[in-house]
Amino acid sequence: MQPVISLEKIWKIYTTGDVEVTAVRDVSMTVQPGEFIAIMGASGSGKSTMMNTLGCLDRPTKGRYLLDGVDVSVLPRDELADIRNQKIGFIFQGFNLLSRTSALENVELPMMYGGRKIAPKEMRERAMRALELVGLAKRFDHTPNRLSGGQQQRVAIARALVNEPAMLLADEPTGNLDSRTSIEIMDAFQALNEKGITIAMVTHEPDIARYTKRNVVMRDGVIVSDIIVQDRFNAKEEMRKLDEEHQAAKLVK
Amino acid sequence: MKLTATFRIALRALKRNKMRSILTMLGIIIGVAAVIAMVGVGNGAKAEVEAQIATLGKNMILVFSGSMTSSGVRGGYGAAGTMKIEDAEAILRETPGVTLVSPEIRTSAQVAAGNQNWYTSVLGESEDYFEMREWEFTEGSSFTDQDVRSANKVGVIGKTTAQMIFGEEDPVGQIIRVRNVPFRITGLLKSKGFSLGGNDQDDVFVVPYTTAMKRLTGATVLRGINVQAANDDVMTRVQDQISSLLRQRHNIRPGHDDDFTVRGQQDIAEMATAQSKTMTILLGAIASVSLIVGGIGIMNIMLVSVTERTREIGIRMAIGAHGWDILLQFLIEAVTLSSLGGLIGIAIGFATAESISHFVGWPIMVPPVYVIGSFLFSAAVGVFFGLYPAKKAAALDPIDALRYE
Repeated sequence: MQPVISLEKIWKIYTTGDVEVTAVRDVSMTVQPGEFIAIMGASGSGKSTMMNTLGCLDRPTKGRYLLDGVDVSVLPRDELADIRNQKIGFIFQGFNLLSRTSALENVELPMMYGGRKIAPKEMRERAMRALELVGLAKRFDHTPNRLSGGQQQRVAIARALVNEPAMLLADEPTGNLDSRTSIEIMDAFQALNEKGITIAMVTHEPDIARYTKRNVVMRDGVIVSDIIVQDRFNAKEEMRKLDEEHQAAKLVK
Repeated sequence: MKLTATFRIALRALKRNKMRSILTMLGIIIGVAAVIAMVGVGNGAKAEVEAQIATLGKNMILVFSGSMTSSGVRGGYGAAGTMKIEDAEAILRETPGVTLVSPEIRTSAQVAAGNQNWYTSVLGESEDYFEMREWEFTEGSSFTDQDVRSANKVGVIGKTTAQMIFGEEDPVGQIIRVRNVPFRITGLLKSKGFSLGGNDQDDVFVVPYTTAMKRLTGATVLRGINVQAANDDVMTRVQDQISSLLRQRHNIRPGHDDDFTVRGQQDIAEMATAQSKTMTILLGAIASVSLIVGGIGIMNIMLVSVTERTREIGIRMAIGAHGWDILLQFLIEAVTLSSLGGLIGIAIGFATAESISHFVGWPIMVPPVYVIGSFLFSAAVGVFFGLYPAKKAAALDPIDALRYE
């Protein structure tokens, strides 16, 4: 099977004045369809650079990056934008929804920037379906400031899914969320992954990484470990445990 | 991305900062309003002046006697009395394109009838004078060429004078005394209203110029000659020919000044519109400064807007917006701002012109081309001054933009 992601000897060197900083050095990696992978590492380990490269926001200095079989490391700006639009669903730490814009319209946004013209009615239907998938169909007309953090992140997931991308790319998706909501989001990810969607996620929390299937650890711009997760967390199971704990602590009835 | 969707986004962004948007538009509003008001009032004034000039008649050329200087006191036009009846006859005879002439004598006198009297202008003219000035009669008719030749004591009365002397009574056929000389009234003129100089043109009594010379003033020279040219195209040529004819007749050597003045109707109109032209230039300057300042205001606010919305730009780029989409979004926002300002400016301009016209008493006239033109210009201001901020937004790096706090 053709890998979704194929990194071949990727280098990323930043030049600030006279100083050269190598953020990623000679990294090779493949991600197969249906994988659920966590890229981990301390700050400065190069995981953010990896994320930007994987997300086609940035081009590697050296090396080849094949996304869904297409070499994207040489594409110009606007074509990279099209790749981001069609093949990648972005989920950010800070949700990055457009404020004062309804959940539905936020989800419609990627379709507006697609090369293909979509009728407004179809756009709406597709956006509603994506919102249903994350369980927020009832709140389609809410603006982000009327949604909780978890709900906002689910709107962001719906937005990421709406163009049916080859993979979801999440940058610290639970970074701004409490533990319970984090589990909710991981539950959503696991459900999507079971439907066959490839997910790559950057996180620095080992707990969160245990919901994925594969953990890649980076340090100083190189991959230091790449393991299959053995005792994987199941989000539903963890949620049940958490509820029990809360009941015991009389936090909830 | 579809244009309508982009337009909707722009409108929403502007609505979000209502006060700011209105203040930003102010420069454009004032500029466009000034243009519309200026054009409206200016054109109204021009039409008003033209209507007044038209009361002179059609294709009229006025020849005045030169001014006279005696002991350092300079008389006005006609004072020198260099123009003779023979000059008038020569003009009619020797200048092709001249259709009618009327030698003119002008004096002021006390006129009386019954127990009423009135101080009015007395004009001596030929019988063609009324045709030249397209001056119609309410009652009766003009005196005849026979009356002119015989210097008969007949005359035509203006509406104001008639009202002062006879009230509502029909003046035609009545006798009126001018400097105690009795005149029979042959006609009552229709009202012409006020002249450009503010004189009541109906406050007049017109007699044959021969009668005026012999019976009233005793003068042997004319104040001037009214000439009518056949049509508009020959006006300049006829004026030049009259000049050279009169120079020849008056034996004026080259290099010496004319002892007369020839003025076409258009010259008079131009003098009258010179003032409104000055005003037009002044307002035009204000308008253009205001539009430029307004444009800079838009650029300034758009730059602020781009900075404020860096993160939004980053999000849009991350999910697939091209640089072009971002450029268009901000450009449309700027153009929406400026053309909305233009529309409001047009409305305010009309209101201002309307209220000015209320004071000055002439109607406003704004040709549609100015309305469309100023709208398009304000839109162009938006494009011009919106381009730089929009380009700046489009050139942002998505990673930096997303990281922007």
